[in-house]
Amino acid sequence: MRLYRSHVLICGGTGCTSSRSNEIKQEMEKYITEFGLENEVQVVMTGCFGLCEAGPIVIVYPEGTFYSRVKVEDAKRIVEEHLLKGRIVKDLLYYEAITEVSDTVKAVNEVEFYAKQMRIALKNCGVIDPESIDEYIAVDGYKALAKVLTEMTPEQVIEEITKSRLRGRGGAGFPTGKKWAFAASYQANQKYVACNADEGDPGAFMDRSILEGTPHSVLEAMTIAGYAIGASKGYIYVRAEYPIAVKRLNIAIKQAREYGLLGENILGTGFNFDIEIRLGAGAFVCGEETALIESIEGKRGMPRVRPPFPAEKGIWGKPTLLNNVETYANIPAIINNGAEWFASIGTEDSKGTKVFALGGKIKNTGLVEVPMGTTLREVIYGIGGGCPNGKKFKAVQTGGPSGGCLPEKYLDTPISY
Amino acid sequence: MAKLDLSKENFAKLQNFIDENRSETMGLMPVLHAAQEIFGCIPLEVQKYIAKELSISVADIYGVVTFYSRFSTEPVGDNLIGVCLGTACYVKGSQAILDRFKKELGIDVEQTTEDGKFTLTATRCLGACGLAPVVTINNDVYGKLVPNEVPKILAKYQKEE
Amino acid sequence: MNTVKITINNREYEVPSNYTILDACRAAQIDVPTLCFLKDINETGACRMCVVEVEGTRNLQASCVTPVRNGMVVKTNTTRVINSQKTTLELLLANHNIECLVCNRNGQCELQDLAERFQLKDIYFENYKKREPIYDDASVSIVRDTSKCVLCGRCVSVCKKQAGMSVLTFIDRGFETHVGPAFDEKMEYAGCIYCGQCINVCPVDALKEKPHIELVWEAINDPKKHVVFQTAPAVRAAIAEEFGKEIGTGATGKMVAAIKRLGVNKVFDTNFAADLTIMEEGFELIDRLQNGGKLPMFTSCSPGWIRIIEQYYPEFIPNLSTCKSPHQMFGAIIKSYYAKKMNIDPKDIFVVSVMPCSCKKSEMHRPEMAVNGNRDVDAVLTTREVAKMIKQAGIDFNNLPDEDFDHPLGEYSGAGVIFGATGGVMEAALRTVADVLSNQDLKEIDYNVVRGTEGIKEAELDIAGHKIRVAVAHGGANAKKLMDMIKSGEKEYHFVEIMGCNGGCVNGGGQPYVNAKTRNSGLDHRKLRAQVLYNEDKSKTVRKSHLNKDVMKLYDEFLGKPNSHLAHELLHTHYHQREIFPTQEN
Repeated sequence: MRLYRSHVLICGGTGCTSSRSNEIKQEMEKYITEFGLENEVQVVMTGCFGLCEAGPIVIVYPEGTFYSRVKVEDAKRIVEEHLLKGRIVKDLLYYEAITEVSDTVKAVNEVEFYAKQMRIALKNCGVIDPESIDEYIAVDGYKALAKVLTEMTPEQVIEEITKSRLRGRGGAGFPTGKKWAFAASYQANQKYVACNADEGDPGAFMDRSILEGTPHSVLEAMTIAGYAIGASKGYIYVRAEYPIAVKRLNIAIKQAREYGLLGENILGTGFNFDIEIRLGAGAFVCGEETALIESIEGKRGMPRVRPPFPAEKGIWGKPTLLNNVETYANIPAIINNGAEWFASIGTEDSKGTKVFALGGKIKNTGLVEVPMGTTLREVIYGIGGGCPNGKKFKAVQTGGPSGGCLPEKYLDTPISY
Repeated sequence: MAKLDLSKENFAKLQNFIDENRSETMGLMPVLHAAQEIFGCIPLEVQKYIAKELSISVADIYGVVTFYSRFSTEPVGDNLIGVCLGTACYVKGSQAILDRFKKELGIDVEQTTEDGKFTLTATRCLGACGLAPVVTINNDVYGKLVPNEVPKILAKYQKEE
Repeated sequence: MNTVKITINNREYEVPSNYTILDACRAAQIDVPTLCFLKDINETGACRMCVVEVEGTRNLQASCVTPVRNGMVVKTNTTRVINSQKTTLELLLANHNIECLVCNRNGQCELQDLAERFQLKDIYFENYKKREPIYDDASVSIVRDTSKCVLCGRCVSVCKKQAGMSVLTFIDRGFETHVGPAFDEKMEYAGCIYCGQCINVCPVDALKEKPHIELVWEAINDPKKHVVFQTAPAVRAAIAEEFGKEIGTGATGKMVAAIKRLGVNKVFDTNFAADLTIMEEGFELIDRLQNGGKLPMFTSCSPGWIRIIEQYYPEFIPNLSTCKSPHQMFGAIIKSYYAKKMNIDPKDIFVVSVMPCSCKKSEMHRPEMAVNGNRDVDAVLTTREVAKMIKQAGIDFNNLPDEDFDHPLGEYSGAGVIFGATGGVMEAALRTVADVLSNQDLKEIDYNVVRGTEGIKEAELDIAGHKIRVAVAHGGANAKKLMDMIKSGEKEYHFVEIMGCNGGCVNGGGQPYVNAKTRNSGLDHRKLRAQVLYNEDKSKTVRKSHLNKDVMKLYDEFLGKPNSHLAHELLHTHYHQREIFPTQEN
């Protein structure tokens, strides 16, 4: 592997892409070649950095220099000034990254927006190139799968997930371990693992960012789930409105198959598992699990009667384990770091972290991940920067259309189920 | 109105897709996505074709087609405009953007311009809330729009053939 | 059977473990209201009328689809439950075209029953109708009115599962949702077979038969018209239900008496023509068997079945018997033989067929169904419609004396009666074919193997040394299943009877409504009605079509012999392929 002295990370999330981060990348590469730096500097397109407000975002390592609202025209300056001459382009820095008093530059992880977060599900977002399985493997990707397949029985996997006390991140908060155990308990010649990526609540883009930023995390987790419940096939039901996520998932699936991490005889263990993508077609209700199943089967997305629950009769009438994207994204970390570690984060009833999408009239729109138990105030003011232009806070709407509007007096409510 | 190409070639493309993907667990959705992509919409002729291929009734297909907003039975314009009316975009003024598109194009939502160039739709949340208000035209995304930018953006697509 | 203990409204019951909460409640004589639920057909738990409180669950549960559990504690009449049911009902009514007093289903509407039961004081919700209602009466058989539809989905399910056609579907989404054929196409072109099972299960008046009542009153009141009624076998087996009698009450004599009191000129029995059909069809079969004709031969009495073949299996059109259906044959005979005999100009005769069928309304309009420019039949009334007329006329049906059909075309055999049940045409034909082939008057004439409500019945019979393989199917779904087997060569038969309706004509699309509560109780109205016909068959001295004296006389005096030239002209027809959703080829 070639070593570079500098890495330029450019955000390739939907937000930054639509403000031309692709062109910025091309321009930067052009000038890097022009200035003869191609063997010293590598440009990487990553998943979402989270601070969409400041996009398009470019970060230069090893310094961690945080450039925001970069324009295509700025590419040359960053290459010439920063990468060639070693001079930070101060007028492009994120406003908070430069302290007026001392005129020193803060690294990206010192910026308040990031400093107050704790990233588990989003760990790789904005860090690795989501279109490269090697980069995912370099950050311990597929280590959890290897551990599960070679050192653990399916029962032990379920036990570990149960002990972590992870709960479904789709909203209902059903204990994930329990769900896996149910799906494992039914005998059938075919079972399915499904991933609900039909994120539909207005303002929510947690799942999209995970799929765009670290698609392999979801594939790895689904494969682990397949092993745990005895399934050989997985479906990811993803919104057609998420073209970048779909593209990266397709690339990731192809790469995983090439590396023997999906398909027949995974890692030589004899375990078979493969994943197919199914596109939604613009129906909010298909985020409901039984409607999603109907849709995969090619019907109108009208919810089914429960019971029987999907764990007993799901896709094509077979036992089906259905989890949300963010839930899956937590699985590899739990396996790698242990259930106790995960259970040590959060509150008594709600363990781990939760990803939130901040949108509307808030200064730092974007994506944040905080430990359960963090107050809404910390999220909105501490990380989100509060209301723009010093306007007065009125209310925050949480949890999509069926959620509620919380006025100021509830802002100190800790986040939990 | 936009043109609809029901040529043999297009039906052959659809047939190819069905042949390549046919399995007990294919389901209808992938075929409809393919048909929508190939024909630009899924009119009666195409639904009849799929019905015959998959041995289901036209009604079974029509019910599904009309359930999902990304499928249409009539041709859409060369350029599909989607104005996000999700909560985040709405509070940041996407209704005014939509109204401006209506005014500039002289059509209502879910309509296509006379020359077949534009179809205007209101979409649900695109998840690009950081850029609110957001508009998509085909695969391009425009964020943080104000109504006055609308004519300029439209002009870009007017020129293209 | 395993049982569980369940507490309903503070009382404990022991019920089979495969029960739903609804089953358990009904076993405990508690009538939990339902609307969308139809056992085995529509079990979607969608309408929420049947909700109950179940201890330990947060939300109210749809009792129709929730299985019982041991130790379950259920409450059906708490304020919370009743308020929820009332709200559901109010929401349904807010979207409903409330014109009950002038509605076709007035007094026979399941939604009206619910409104009566819950005694709503007002409908608080603003009438929100985003979509303009569709009133499709372009079809000659079935009328669709979305302004009445409550989106219960019963018709969609019955069309898919029982009729096997999937012509009706849910269209669009949210407030726009409605039920109809694809593209909201007219029923005529949408692949519909007009079996009318959708009408039978509709709780409201969103689907109904094309009304002919006014037409018939007009004819009756026209002094120039000689109005002749004929009644199909299945009508007598169900009409009493319209007058409050139990399902399975036969009422042949009262039905005749009532129709006579409407002021009509003659009341004949379509059974006479059923016997005539057997003569024509039976001899057609013998001819095909002996002279290498197209086999298997399919019966052609059911116009729904004819529409299945014409639309879905046109390659089998040559296999259809060329016989018109009995009432059409009868119309042709009335306007020829009878007209001559009575010395009436056929143009002045108005033939009304009282049928258990919605599809006969379309059949009478087929251009082939006429002789010398005279339509065979001028109006078709369903059983429901004729009952309406009897009610309108103020006739006290239940206290009428039994009266006989008129002559000379009123005589019928037991074979003609059983036409109304699935397998009946087959059995009637076999009785005649067996006698003819063996040249005997056989005593063993009960072909039990083709009776009953099993979806597809088949048998290999030894008839006078001939091995004859027969099959019987009823309801479109079973018909398609059987046809696909015949088409693939998996099955081979000589003679096949198919009826468009499940259970045959006794369960036709024009029969009295059997509400969901009765259907869900496990009572099989098809069997009970069929039993009326089999009982009548048993009671007849003449039980074979070829021994019907009036039929023999008709051949002697008029037609000559079965399949004669004149018989062909009057009694036979032809069929043609019908394209579903006709489109212009490019």
